[in-house]
Amino acid sequence: MVRSYILVCGGTGCTSNHSGEIINALNAELKAQHLDEEVKVVMTGCFGLCAKGPIMVVYPEGAFYHSVTVEDVKEIVSEHLLKGRIVKRLLHTEDTTNEKVLSLNDTEFLKKQVRVALYNCGVIDPENIEEYIGREGYQALGKVLTEMKPVDVIETIKASGLRGRGGGGFPTGKKWEFAYNQKNDQKYVCCNADEGDPGAFMDRSVLEGDPHSVVEAMAIAGYAIGANKGYVYIRAEYPIAVKRLQKAINDARAYGLIGKNIFNTGFDFDLEIRLGAGAFVCGEETALMTSVEGKRGEPRVRPPFPAVKGLYGKPTILNNVETYANVPHIIRKGADWFASMGTEKSKGTKVFAVGGKIVNTGLVEIPMGTTLREIIYDIGGGIKNGKKFKAAQTGGPSGGCIPEQHLDVPIDYDNLIAIGSMMGSGGMIIMDEDNCMVDIAKFFLEFVVDESCGKCTPCRVGTKRLLEILTKVTNGEAELADIDRMEEISHYLQDNALCALGKTACNPVISTLRYFRDEYIEHIVNKRCPAGVCKGLTKIVIDKDKCIGCGICKKNCPVNAISGEIKQPHVIDPEVCVKCGLCITKCPKGAISRR
Amino acid sequence: MAQLNVKINGKPYTVNEGTILEACQQAGVRVPTLCYLKDLNPLGACRLCVVEVKGARDLPASCVTPVSEGMEIWTSTKKVLDSRKMTLELMLSNHNNDCNSCVRSGSCELQSLANEYSCDVHRFAGEVTKGEEEVTPYLIRDNSKCILCRRCVAACSKLQHVAVIGPNKRGFNTYIGTAYGMDLAGSGCVSCGQCINVCPTGALREKDDTDKVYEAINDPTKHVVIMPAPAVRVGIGEEFGYPIGTNQQGKMVAAMRRLGVDAVLDVDFTADLTIMEEGTELLHRLQGEGPLPMFTSCSPGWINYIEQYYPEFLPNLSTCKSPHMMSGAIVKTYYAKKKGIDPKDIFTVTVMPCVAKKGEIIRDDINASGYKDIDCVITTRELARMIKRSGIMFNNLPDEDFDEFVGRGSTAGLLFGATGGVMEAALRTVAEILEKKPLPKLDFVAVRGTEGIKRASVNLAGKDLHVIVASGIENAHTIMEELKAGKLKDAAFIEIMCCPGGCVAGGGQPIQPADVWNTTDVRGLRAKAIYDTDTASKARKSHENKEVNELYANFLGEPNGHKAHELLHTTYRNRSIKEK
Repeated sequence: MVRSYILVCGGTGCTSNHSGEIINALNAELKAQHLDEEVKVVMTGCFGLCAKGPIMVVYPEGAFYHSVTVEDVKEIVSEHLLKGRIVKRLLHTEDTTNEKVLSLNDTEFLKKQVRVALYNCGVIDPENIEEYIGREGYQALGKVLTEMKPVDVIETIKASGLRGRGGGGFPTGKKWEFAYNQKNDQKYVCCNADEGDPGAFMDRSVLEGDPHSVVEAMAIAGYAIGANKGYVYIRAEYPIAVKRLQKAINDARAYGLIGKNIFNTGFDFDLEIRLGAGAFVCGEETALMTSVEGKRGEPRVRPPFPAVKGLYGKPTILNNVETYANVPHIIRKGADWFASMGTEKSKGTKVFAVGGKIVNTGLVEIPMGTTLREIIYDIGGGIKNGKKFKAAQTGGPSGGCIPEQHLDVPIDYDNLIAIGSMMGSGGMIIMDEDNCMVDIAKFFLEFVVDESCGKCTPCRVGTKRLLEILTKVTNGEAELADIDRMEEISHYLQDNALCALGKTACNPVISTLRYFRDEYIEHIVNKRCPAGVCKGLTKIVIDKDKCIGCGICKKNCPVNAISGEIKQPHVIDPEVCVKCGLCITKCPKGAISRR
Repeated sequence: MAQLNVKINGKPYTVNEGTILEACQQAGVRVPTLCYLKDLNPLGACRLCVVEVKGARDLPASCVTPVSEGMEIWTSTKKVLDSRKMTLELMLSNHNNDCNSCVRSGSCELQSLANEYSCDVHRFAGEVTKGEEEVTPYLIRDNSKCILCRRCVAACSKLQHVAVIGPNKRGFNTYIGTAYGMDLAGSGCVSCGQCINVCPTGALREKDDTDKVYEAINDPTKHVVIMPAPAVRVGIGEEFGYPIGTNQQGKMVAAMRRLGVDAVLDVDFTADLTIMEEGTELLHRLQGEGPLPMFTSCSPGWINYIEQYYPEFLPNLSTCKSPHMMSGAIVKTYYAKKKGIDPKDIFTVTVMPCVAKKGEIIRDDINASGYKDIDCVITTRELARMIKRSGIMFNNLPDEDFDEFVGRGSTAGLLFGATGGVMEAALRTVAEILEKKPLPKLDFVAVRGTEGIKRASVNLAGKDLHVIVASGIENAHTIMEELKAGKLKDAAFIEIMCCPGGCVAGGGQPIQPADVWNTTDVRGLRAKAIYDTDTASKARKSHENKEVNELYANFLGEPNGHKAHELLHTTYRNRSIKEK
């Protein structure tokens, strides 16, 4: 009889940090200690506290071990599993109280979270369909097919207030209703798993940790709108997610949970995976469908809208992974339950992938209406290294920054738009005093220029020209009139671009100009980057009072820009220096810095 | 069609269901476009046709946005005009602005819009994508002038089916070309030049061969014979301000003479000759001496298509050369002998509505006479440039006629310029031969018109002859697939022209801007000029061409006879691209 379960995170983050080897080492050690019948190791999806990965939770105590290495395995097995003694040094220490916490659920990180989309992540083995079923899996589909009519499903989703989690925030029930109302003998259900925003990994985690939730939800959606075929478009850069979803589809088919005549109700539904090929723009709904059709993935004009004429010209709904992940719960627990969470116009919860200068980087799921302050300081553990918060970027390359004065705005779709940002798909990057907002805008704009499909003139040429002006700003070559030029191009893009990629490409520029205009002016007028980031405007300088003349910087400089005698203060030639910053990291005395 | 009530620029209109652009056209309001080509390229990509619509969050593209009841549209508010100006200036910032040396200066759609909107070419100066030039014997692509409207891609894929060009890379670095950097000539391109006709700028142009013609004209030892194709005369007027669909044969001949050539012969003459050869060939095949259906072979774009895509059906092609190739062969033998000129001193130049002909003249088996049949092909456009450059004032010229000796054709020969024309010319001759008496009516209306595929049945000497006429490679593809599937067992004779509408809209004809193509039946108007000339003519049958009959009597012998085969017939090659 099994007396203990060891859950180890098998998400991409922890896997790249050797959690797979930890699992192998655990299994080997348990066998060696003859414990393999009593103790089972389970690979799960993402627990969320990625900053502390690889994550391990041992039941029945629920002991949460963090930053586990292969070398820790022997001690864990002998101390915890054999002798019943928690390995205290591996327990998570709360940064605010400096106290050890036993259970993951007791951490400040998790206390304010409500896991709906991430319900099974970190709990079940995503490759085991029985564990999904064991946690009410496929009951929603059963209820829908045996007790509800398609209109009932649509009314439930509408009443729940669920809005698209991919960033658009369109009411999901309404979208399904449009497709339902189309008379056509062929309709399609599509899932957008192209997740392209830099830093976002919410959808990846759902697919890696709970792929059946998407399979079940798509079957429910198919029943609701009258479709019997679905496609999941996953970016090819997510091999683990692809593998786990394919297994989920295969297992569901084998169990008769998708396929022909599901539950003997006469309803057929099947789905297949289509891989992306490295284009961010294929996350745009019409470009995605064009790509599934085998053509060059470029958006097309609307109308006609996909619900009327989508994939192969048929009525199609396309929803984001996280949107689907909510559906089985809404069906099981009811629309009222879901609508009891969140704000008036934004119901339910939202998953955020929080990264940047925050202590607890990782995946969080919070009710809509939670404030940024709560996310950063309560859940996130505050800003790293005691630095000062500057701004949070949400919405990726289509989004904007939220400055300190808006830390208490309840996060929901409409509030974020009102302050010049947007919810986006959930990527959230926290920035501190050492970030340059102009550089941040440039980062996102470079991304857009690289990913533009090139079909329409505004985006193809306009974003490029906008980036060229912004680059001049970061190089100290701009004039004040360039700010006007950037604003002019930005408004032109919003009005004229063919798709949302082009229309929102200027958002990072517009929102940083709105809240950090003084930084732009400092770059332009005084040719100075206050945060010391922009390479064109910073010099790397050796403090001659701190320099001991050890010569390490000189030896490591890739362009031989440093000169100096042994035990004499060294000097960097600014004409030769490429500002790579290697010397800063190598200096044993911290005598080198950017100015 | 439903009618809707809308407001355009403040005034109420009742318009047909359709796009905002079409509604504006009905209201007499012009909205500029660049990438839009009716039915061919409804892309909404260039964003030039944006308008303001009350209640819309952005500026919709009028070419692809449907009107709705009660819609309020504003086509030239400050916001709209400023946006269009910026769109043009962005395009110009990544465009080769050397208008002075560009062959399209004066007919470039970007140039005229830039002028209209007083664009500042330097406003968005920045990085420029390096446009590569690709040179083939028939066309030149210069991507430094490309504005990525994708009209050429649409023509190549939708109109001509072969789809050998498309966008490569993405974003700012997008460029139009073949896949994987293949040479155009070996990519499955059929050299039709339809892409040139739809290009708004100078990114695509014909290979200019006028220097060869000038050289020959200026060489006192050369006897230059210039020969225009049927379709040229109903197009060339457009280059001199005449309305579309004006037959300017008289002025065209007068102009060509004044270039300094030695002889001006009509290809209509050898079109008549072709009918004699091909009609005889058809009659032989109808008696079981060759595979049916028989395909016409005068369109080199079509030959390029069948050799590359359906080489298994090469035996179905008529073995006749195309008319101008026959001209060359006759000029360098029969004509040379009669005139006492050494054929090596004869320079034959034909004026064609076509760019594929530039490739046709360098095929291997074209010198059965011992000399190249045709030394040079220039397009209608090149001829117009030569006339202008030589200071010839076309509009003031008197009407002149072609040289008499092997120089004049019947209007049956003229019909070759329109889709269905070869068929009709052939039927007039074949019918009279089979019926053994003159036809009461010479008009075979069933094979006329700009429809892509026409099927007809003609009862001749008590038997039904099933014929098909197709133009445009998309339609050629349909016919070939039917043939492959065994559905054309009844068909006897099939005319296929590479260019939709036939040669009147060939890749070498005068270019009309999209504005005109979107609202005018250019193909129909040019073809009408041909049919009107034919109706008014007294010489409407190929087999009654006196010079043609003398040519047989004095030189060739029998149609399809040994000498005719040597000089006037050709062979084909399996150039299947599937094996690559």
